[in-house]
Amino acid sequence: MFPVALFYFMYRHIPDKGHMNKRTPLYAQHQAMGAKLVDFAGWAMPLHYGSQIREHDRVRSDAGMFDVSHMAVVDIQGEGSKEYLSLLLANNVGRLKTEGRAMYSCMLNAQGGVIDDLIVYRMDDRYRMVINAGTRDKDLKWMRATAGQASEVEIVERDDLAIIAVQGPHARTKVYAALGEGLKQKTEGLQPFEATTIGELFVGRTGYTGEDGFEIILPAKAAEFSWKMLAEAGVGPVGLGARDTLRLEAGMNLYGADMDESTSPLISGLAWTIGWAPDTRRFVGRDALEQEKIAGPGQQLVGLVLQGKGVLRNHQRVICHDNDAGEITSGSFSPSLGCAIALARVTMDVKIDSLCQVDVRGKHLDVRVVKPPFVRNGKSLL
Amino acid sequence: MSHANNDLRYTRSHEWVIQISDGTVEVGITEHAQDLLGDMVYVDLPEVGDSLTVGKECAVVESVKAASDIFAPISGEVSEINEVLSETPEILNQDAQGEGWLFRMVPNDAAELESLLDADAYQALIASDAG
Repeated sequence: MFPVALFYFMYRHIPDKGHMNKRTPLYAQHQAMGAKLVDFAGWAMPLHYGSQIREHDRVRSDAGMFDVSHMAVVDIQGEGSKEYLSLLLANNVGRLKTEGRAMYSCMLNAQGGVIDDLIVYRMDDRYRMVINAGTRDKDLKWMRATAGQASEVEIVERDDLAIIAVQGPHARTKVYAALGEGLKQKTEGLQPFEATTIGELFVGRTGYTGEDGFEIILPAKAAEFSWKMLAEAGVGPVGLGARDTLRLEAGMNLYGADMDESTSPLISGLAWTIGWAPDTRRFVGRDALEQEKIAGPGQQLVGLVLQGKGVLRNHQRVICHDNDAGEITSGSFSPSLGCAIALARVTMDVKIDSLCQVDVRGKHLDVRVVKPPFVRNGKSLL
Repeated sequence: MSHANNDLRYTRSHEWVIQISDGTVEVGITEHAQDLLGDMVYVDLPEVGDSLTVGKECAVVESVKAASDIFAPISGEVSEINEVLSETPEILNQDAQGEGWLFRMVPNDAAELESLLDADAYQALIASDAG
């Protein structure tokens, strides 16, 4: 294999014989559109369709679409759903007052470590979760074990569904052009983090890029047709490579890189996702988080901006005032900013706006410490 | 103007080498390598005068997704580096086996070139390790 020091940590190039990988309903479309397919958590997924940077820029300036059907849709049904999710999730589903509201949450272990991060939607007769592909099996095992304590809960894996995310300043307009007036009427009034059901489609104004847009959950059998209609409306396909640089610029965490079971939300920039009130909601991990909060978290997640040439990468060490202060959890080149950026977990004494260094192959390069995000709605926040 | 595959010698680590008219050799990464790495954003080259040892790391190329070490294909002294790559690393994607050359060097022993792979052997290599 190529002598790559840091090949994308979860990706593996797929050999021609690699059809053991699972395929989404859009696999044939990816091939037809010239995707470079890689293994991602056991799925054959598009890394890019020619140029990762062009795809990134397209989402920032126009509209791009992502096949995220590898992520798992799990419906929580039954009388006990709300009580169950109140125990399972660190954010408070009680805040989803009406049908169609969505929230981001972590699912924690008893030590307060993050088992996964997810989006949960309130639907008419159920809650719907979208969880990561790489954590799917352990999540479901954990969810079923936790449900053992609550009654009247049904956990349903929806492998009959696909997910297409359409993101960018022109995303919603182009979705209307592709999928019709009926959809427009039903979704025009959606605010960020709201969703609605239109026939067999479930459309949420959510995303993972820092741009406006929709995430569309739809029957697997309708995915190919919808993808083609979106392409005809001028929405370009975007691979996992650009998905990663877009989310990093938007200051959004990647599970397995920026947090995992050994790190709590408090040291992962996710304190805002913990639903502390009411005190009586004793969700899994709460005791550990309360103790950590009283003791004072020892670390924080910050943003870094490289001041010169080079690229920041995962696991590089951060040095502040000649002391080792922590490490980069996600680093990359930022196509929107034209320089390298990173998320890093560092000690609490590191101040926003201060100058630190990162050890890049033995050279200490200057970085500015910033508060993420780096880019929102196409504009630099630096 | 890109070099033809048959005129180049190759390493197993995906560098190419060609002897140019003044007796120096030019070094770059292969078309296959640039295709695997994707959009290039940074190139860290050796300095003119650096003494390189065959098989040792001597440069780094970085795409958006990965950093990759470049290994000296033969031993010798760096005589020139491709300065334009510093501002426009994307040339590596456009013309890896031509305008995207990395550096030139004066070989200690030009016979070392003979030990490198020829085009057929290199093609066989990339066909066999497609994984």
